[in-house]
Amino acid sequence: MIVFDQVEKSYQVGGRAVPALHPTSMTIENGEVFGIVGHSGAGKSTLVRLINKLEPSTGGRILIDDEDITWYTAAELRAFRRKVGMIFQHFNLLSSKTVADNIAFPMKLAGIYSKEDIRSRVTELLARVSLSDHANKYPSQLSGGQKQRVGIARALACRPTILLCDEATSALDPQTTQSVLKLLADINKELGLTIVLITHEMDVVRRVCDRVAVMDAGRVVEMGPVSEVFLHPQHPTTRDFVFESESIDRDELQEDFQKANGRILRLTFKGESTYKPLLGRVARESGVDFSILSGRIDHIKDTPYGQLTLSLVGGDLGVAMQALEAADVHVEVMR
Amino acid sequence: MEALMETLLGNVDWAEIGVASWDTLVMVGMSLLFSVLIGLPIGVLLFLTGKRQLLEQPVAYAMLSFVVNVLRSVPFIILLIVMIPFTVMLIGTSLGVAGAIPPLVAGGAPFFARLVETSLREVDRGIIEATQAMGANVRQIIFGALLPEALPGIIAGITVTAITLVSYAAMSGVIGGGGLGDLAIRFGYQRFQTDVMVITVALLVIFVQLLQMAGDRLVLYFSRK
Repeated sequence: MIVFDQVEKSYQVGGRAVPALHPTSMTIENGEVFGIVGHSGAGKSTLVRLINKLEPSTGGRILIDDEDITWYTAAELRAFRRKVGMIFQHFNLLSSKTVADNIAFPMKLAGIYSKEDIRSRVTELLARVSLSDHANKYPSQLSGGQKQRVGIARALACRPTILLCDEATSALDPQTTQSVLKLLADINKELGLTIVLITHEMDVVRRVCDRVAVMDAGRVVEMGPVSEVFLHPQHPTTRDFVFESESIDRDELQEDFQKANGRILRLTFKGESTYKPLLGRVARESGVDFSILSGRIDHIKDTPYGQLTLSLVGGDLGVAMQALEAADVHVEVMR
Repeated sequence: MEALMETLLGNVDWAEIGVASWDTLVMVGMSLLFSVLIGLPIGVLLFLTGKRQLLEQPVAYAMLSFVVNVLRSVPFIILLIVMIPFTVMLIGTSLGVAGAIPPLVAGGAPFFARLVETSLREVDRGIIEATQAMGANVRQIIFGALLPEALPGIIAGITVTAITLVSYAAMSGVIGGGGLGDLAIRFGYQRFQTDVMVITVALLVIFVQLLQMAGDRLVLYFSRK
């Protein structure tokens, strides 16, 4: 469990303290995939580096599994860091070492593993990230996705309990992003390790995260289960991210609204109700006619969800709304 | 053919050329060895104590940097002369091949140290950060990540230093240092024996070419980027 207790961080710039992270408290549970989303400069990179003290905090406490890491000695910190793997946007592999040697590197640094241990662990990890054929290649001979898989294998070498991902998919194309995210999700499930993932893409959060914190200008402005934050965003920054990820153009949407007749409702449903033949039934029972202005059916992690914007004409609107709510659909009246 | 050689290169004493070439080789070789042994740790220290680096130490950096700059800004011909008492103290003579080596190292080591510092700065900061995140201490970061990553740059630096030392070694002939430069000055310059001058210069050119080729090959061999 990672606990932030009024943690803050500021940088000294020209004798002045410039805050990068305002006092923040939050808890990341063991075994969850926790996303931190924000624009560049929002402080998410700083926040993730506080967890393994690549950046020292300037106030508050950070507890990891009930241990306060704030005052660790240099040696304690080094031992602790072996239990926290990290992967990076630009992979940060050693260009002078082969794939196998890159994966073995953290184990060699630890100095507590035998040669045999290291060899068998490297073989195992290479298989885990499907790179067994590339053991003796150098990073420059690999594609971006392969490099990130080496990064993941390297981060897992010392069997960490926490994995920090710093924009791990931002330098990858969409297809490769998908396969890397799938690998992260699998690792999370199989090994039960906690993953803290920072990104500027809401789509990444939607695919793998359990919970998410939205950051803006050094503050966490919204936090909660991904389905909650994603489907019912409260803060303007969160809304921007959600709209962006669904490529919704707000002006176009307004135009559509003006052309449509009657009431406009936004229906949000998730889980089993996604598959139920609901709309036709509601229309028949209440006598309303509907047209779909916009809509999306997709998954949040493993949960299916749908979000439809409808315009309704005629019939009994009250009956329709009751029927919808009875079927576990969240109804928001837009007009 | 022989007659032609005699007219063109009448003053050239090939045995002496051989000895002088060997002397130059020894002077460059020995001074390169010590320049690397002394310059490498200084270069690493310069890098580590620099701004926003692992062991940031503004005072130590400024002092080290000052010494390096002083040694590098003194023209080598002056350094040769200034170093004489120190050389005598160190090895008993300021003459010959042995006497030339201390000033050569004094000129070569700070030069190489700067090249090492520069090539370490070229290493991606992300790699240092990743190594830190793995729980490495400073020694492990230096030997496990920084030096291996900077190796091609460091080898290129050794090549440049070696070539600089060839020209410095030739200059040491002025204070009786021996080698090809000494030959060129004593015979080519002071006795107007142009043929000796041409031969020594040709040999130095060949020597430098060989060094550069060997260096380039090694850089290529160790580059994985």
